[in-house]
Amino acid sequence: MNRRNFVKALTLSASIAAIGLPVGAHAADTIKVGILHSLSGTMAISETALKNVALMTIEEINAKGGVMGKKLEPVVVDPASNWPLFAEKARQLVAQDKVAAVFGCWTSVSRKSVNPVFKELNGLLFYPVQYEGEELEKNVFYTGAAPNQQAIPAVEYLMSEEGGAAKRFVLLGTDYVYPRTTNKILRAFLKSKGVADADIMEDYTPFGHSDYQTIIANIKKFAAAGKKTAVISTINGDSNVPFYKELGNAGLKATDVPVVAFSVGEEELRGVDTKPLVGHLAAWNYFMSLKNPENAAFVKKYRDWAKKNGVPNADTVVTNDPMEATYVGIYMWKQAVEKAKSTDTDKVIAALGGQTVKAPSGFTLTMDKTNHHLHKPVYIGEVRGDGQFDVVWKTKEPIRAQPWSPFIPGNESKQGI
Amino acid sequence: MRTPFTVRLLRSTPKSGWLAIAVFAAITLIGVPLAHLALPESSPLHLSAYTVGLLGKILCYMVVAVAMDLIWGYAGILSLGHGLFFALGGYAFGMYLMRQIGRDGSYGAELPDFMVFLDWKELPWYWAGSDSFLWALFLVVALPGVVAFVFGWFAFRSRIKGVYFSIITQALTYAAMLLFFRNETGFGGNNGFTDFKRILGHDITSPEMRVTLFALSAALLIACLVLGRYLVSSRFGRVLAAIRDAESRVMFIGYNPLHYKLFMWTLSAMLCGLAGALYVPQVGIINPSEMSPANSIEIAVWVAVGGRGTLIGAVLGAGIVNLAKSFFTVTVPEYWPFFLGFLFIAVTLYLPDGVVGLWRKLRARRALAAAPDAAESSVAGSSSAAEKADAGPANVTVPKGATA
Amino acid sequence: MFRLTLMKRIFGVALLLTLLVAPARAALDPSLLAGFAGDFQGRMAAIEALGVAGGDDARRVLDALEAGRLGVVAGRAVIVDGDTVRDAASGEALDQGAGDIELVTLNNRVRRTLANARAALALTSADRAERLSAAITLGDNPNETLLPVFDRALAAETDEEIRGIVARAAARIKLASPDPLTRLRAVRALGESSDPAVKNLLEGLLQKRDGNWVEPHPEVRTAAKLAIDDIEGRIAIAESVGTVFSGLSLGSILLLAALGLAITYGVMGVINMAHGELLMVGAYATFLVQGLFRSYLPAYLDWYVAAAIPVAFLSAALVGVAMERLVLRHLYGRPLESLLATWGLSLVLIQAARVIFGPQNLELANPSWMSGGVELAAGVVLPYNRIVIIGFAVFVLVLIWLMMQKTRLGMFVRAVTQNRPMAGCVGVPTARVDTLAFAIGCGVAGLGGLALSQIANVGPAMGTGYIVDAFMVVVLGGVGQLAGAVWAALGLGIVSKFLEGWAGAVIAKILVLVFIIVFIQKRPQGIFALKGRFADS
Repeated sequence: MNRRNFVKALTLSASIAAIGLPVGAHAADTIKVGILHSLSGTMAISETALKNVALMTIEEINAKGGVMGKKLEPVVVDPASNWPLFAEKARQLVAQDKVAAVFGCWTSVSRKSVNPVFKELNGLLFYPVQYEGEELEKNVFYTGAAPNQQAIPAVEYLMSEEGGAAKRFVLLGTDYVYPRTTNKILRAFLKSKGVADADIMEDYTPFGHSDYQTIIANIKKFAAAGKKTAVISTINGDSNVPFYKELGNAGLKATDVPVVAFSVGEEELRGVDTKPLVGHLAAWNYFMSLKNPENAAFVKKYRDWAKKNGVPNADTVVTNDPMEATYVGIYMWKQAVEKAKSTDTDKVIAALGGQTVKAPSGFTLTMDKTNHHLHKPVYIGEVRGDGQFDVVWKTKEPIRAQPWSPFIPGNESKQGI
Repeated sequence: MRTPFTVRLLRSTPKSGWLAIAVFAAITLIGVPLAHLALPESSPLHLSAYTVGLLGKILCYMVVAVAMDLIWGYAGILSLGHGLFFALGGYAFGMYLMRQIGRDGSYGAELPDFMVFLDWKELPWYWAGSDSFLWALFLVVALPGVVAFVFGWFAFRSRIKGVYFSIITQALTYAAMLLFFRNETGFGGNNGFTDFKRILGHDITSPEMRVTLFALSAALLIACLVLGRYLVSSRFGRVLAAIRDAESRVMFIGYNPLHYKLFMWTLSAMLCGLAGALYVPQVGIINPSEMSPANSIEIAVWVAVGGRGTLIGAVLGAGIVNLAKSFFTVTVPEYWPFFLGFLFIAVTLYLPDGVVGLWRKLRARRALAAAPDAAESSVAGSSSAAEKADAGPANVTVPKGATA
Repeated sequence: MFRLTLMKRIFGVALLLTLLVAPARAALDPSLLAGFAGDFQGRMAAIEALGVAGGDDARRVLDALEAGRLGVVAGRAVIVDGDTVRDAASGEALDQGAGDIELVTLNNRVRRTLANARAALALTSADRAERLSAAITLGDNPNETLLPVFDRALAAETDEEIRGIVARAAARIKLASPDPLTRLRAVRALGESSDPAVKNLLEGLLQKRDGNWVEPHPEVRTAAKLAIDDIEGRIAIAESVGTVFSGLSLGSILLLAALGLAITYGVMGVINMAHGELLMVGAYATFLVQGLFRSYLPAYLDWYVAAAIPVAFLSAALVGVAMERLVLRHLYGRPLESLLATWGLSLVLIQAARVIFGPQNLELANPSWMSGGVELAAGVVLPYNRIVIIGFAVFVLVLIWLMMQKTRLGMFVRAVTQNRPMAGCVGVPTARVDTLAFAIGCGVAGLGGLALSQIANVGPAMGTGYIVDAFMVVVLGGVGQLAGAVWAALGLGIVSKFLEGWAGAVIAKILVLVFIIVFIQKRPQGIFALKGRFADS
């Protein structure tokens, strides 16, 4: 190798290293907020819509005069479904761009990846997705459901006479932490209700699994034992389409073996022909089909925004639970900033507890004073032929989150920060 | 009578190369730490924690790229599974980091958090000794080394070459990824290891620790480059290049390619393991997606972009691609895959020798324009060198279906 | 005792006795329908009441409810019929817009009541298919109130298959009869079944409760034992057939995903990392064809899949030609560089799909003739879409084989695969052969995408999930060997499915990968290596 090239190349690389990345310019009359959702890679399918709804909400707030008289300036980055990149981008948002708050993350692993960064830099993260619990960070506000706000009510419904009085349960999931932990909690819960181990079947598939023939056959065999059987599915993302297609074609009807899913919403059902799936269930804190003025306005706003901004297939866009949680989270933050009269993290955290927002879910949601989770209503919906859900059951009022499940030993004493 | 080792080592890199290394070392080992620690934040030369972290991560990637170049550029073996060795090193050190958390986890237990909520009562046997820093260091090198040695020994003995070898390395890393995704495997499943607190009792988020890790990564990179130069310019390296270009002929002369390939393969894996161990504390997470086949392909892409068979090209390639990625994911988040995609296509089409090849061509042209007579010899020299570099695959005309 | 107290409540005995004899009336009593305006309990009561009333009008209302066309306006049940709204009781058209009607929703419990009520009504239908599906519905959940219905149906039914189903359903109820002879006959009749639920039921007879046999009569117990053996045998056979079938199905999908790759790699030695994206192109083309059919030919929507075959082939082939002409052409002889360029291409194609069509999965409905399946035994269903795909894979394979063996182009392709310089010397236009072969390989990948769209999700990144598997198939089979690819795909499919049944999906996948690694050690050139002096150069 030519030696002078070697010198130059090395100096070049060193100088690149020394310069680093340019720091963005600051404008004093705006408040920056970060949006940390994957726009490429495996999670783009779910997270792109959250980025859209966050931008829509920020536009809406700006149109009404912004926060404390200042306009919000969204900083959108793409962590590309790459977990170390999530931590890097979070650091960039908080330390370089000096954003007042970050709205982002979907998977548990992405949240786990950014948690230490927010803790170290004392940033503020709003996490909008239902998750397994077992975590409570001072710098994170969880606007999605904890297991007791989604999984347990759904199983209680299945066990009720109205829900089919199921006695045998299949816990089916993708092999990662959220399904494993949820199923662990559910197993303990079922045991406390007198369901024997022999009446619980647990099965897991790898990420992106697309061949559900064997598993469906096993479920059928398990369901043939005579007792009423229900399937509780924590299958994630892309695997749901082949799972439901196989379910439909294998003739496993909702009236015989209902499947209740915790990760399947309106957005996921866009990829499925739902006619054979009518009657299968999903548990969420919000459905697009809810009838109330807030929701009608929310859906219309998003549709209009999607059309205006050239979102592909804008006339068929749907809203779902994490989108509503993002929307609520941004408003909670806005109100807390206005109450604290500052974007300082500690002051905002102090002001967030007890904030209320009249949400599209039809209830006034409250941020818990101690545990950083929202009090949320629970809805059980049945899949309709058009990919929407009919609500068949709901809680009377929002329930308080239990991030530390009482069904995991050792958690009894921990409920607050 | 053999030349002493030190002399051979010194000779392997030209004087100007040593100078460049000295400059690089001065910047990374003294300049960056000073800029981060001593300069106030208001100073324009101050380096933020974000920048140091980002550059430290890229330094680790550069080490992996150099390791990849050693095996691909000089031995002609394209591995699509180097991400596995990188991740194994990371996991080996991650185990130590998890143990260092001690009782500061959210359950306050001796066991790592993920084990507590999965009902593990005690550490599985393969976690034995993971609280010892020295054992962790040993594992960081030994684990990828042993895996690579065993895999390589069988593969090279069966004379698996070309695309077959690439594909089975891909199968290997894919299988390992699925294995590590399982919660029962005992490495935290999809969430992997995160929320590290300290190394050797020192706070991992302190600026001192950050520059220490950064400086160690830089030192490792320098060591890799020097070692790499030494190896490829030695007799060993020449035999290896001969195996790359015509393995059968080398065998007929009486060499056993197995030993040469296996040594370089194992060494390359160990270097990846070291890089992984430095990477994990700097980015704060290790999870099985590091073993995904796509990540391993990206490593090959870095080397190709920089120019393979040049070592420095690997360093440049890793730097360029990753800086571009960091830059584009902020400025045009939805379009960065287009930029990266077109970059790869353009590089392979128009820059077959990567950035280094382009650099040489430009220099040659300028030299020719400046002093036609004097430059002639150097042009001849460099172009023949360039020919040699890609002679391997291009000059051997064989039926395409039967060879890679 | 049949855990069917719920069902008993749902079905009054009166309901079933009357619904067969109820005379058809011109209109329904509107008070029967009042429950539809209430909660689920009320809706269930209304369905029961309609079942009691029976007749065509009741059927019409229940059918509308099933189809989601029954609504309520101001407490009055109405049927939405396109743009017109009719009173459910009288059938008269109302002066009412269809827009602001709240449709009656169901939950699974109500839906089950509805299904049973409709099935009971349909069991006497003139249409055989209707009777059959009614018998299957009732046979899945028989209860003693249905016994008179079954007896009537048995008396009138002439079709053997339906008779069998109804007789077994009746026998399940008769197991509780106090008369040992009835029980013995019932047990013998149930021996014909292949339903695991029936097996469990019979096993229940052989248990002791409080020291006494559940079934007191020893002869009935012996018969039950024999019946269980029969059923078990039938289930075992059906299950092995099911496993082999799912293996074949997985194999046919792997084959469709890998066949194109086998051709392109074989001819040009190009490792096409963008192969998965060609599957995606084929699937998206299918999606567009479906959209066209929905807009312009809704009557023929069922045949969109057939119409998509040439479209998927051509669109993927065109993308392939563009790739070959613009990029790969310049990389011949540098296989490892072409790997990187195609990796870049794959990134570009994925993101292009994401930007143009959006990141979410697209909905592709199975046509009606590909929905559902053949039931081998209870629990073992061979879905039609998978059967069709196996057939489709064979069809594509035969086509490729004919092309390779019987056409001039195929001869050229084989010649170039075996010895490029020599083929060129004797006048084969190698450059043109390359383009054509690449186009065909890509077109076959497009067909693979079409097949995948019928069982898996269609999204921008769908191809990445198959690329590793496709490579494994090609390498295992031996590069450039179509026969090798076939054997490798089927072998991997069946081995995976047997391992999955034994060790679970995750471990099965890992074991298959380890198997491939080990296998390549033994046969470094795949199952079907080229013999002779080409093998090692």
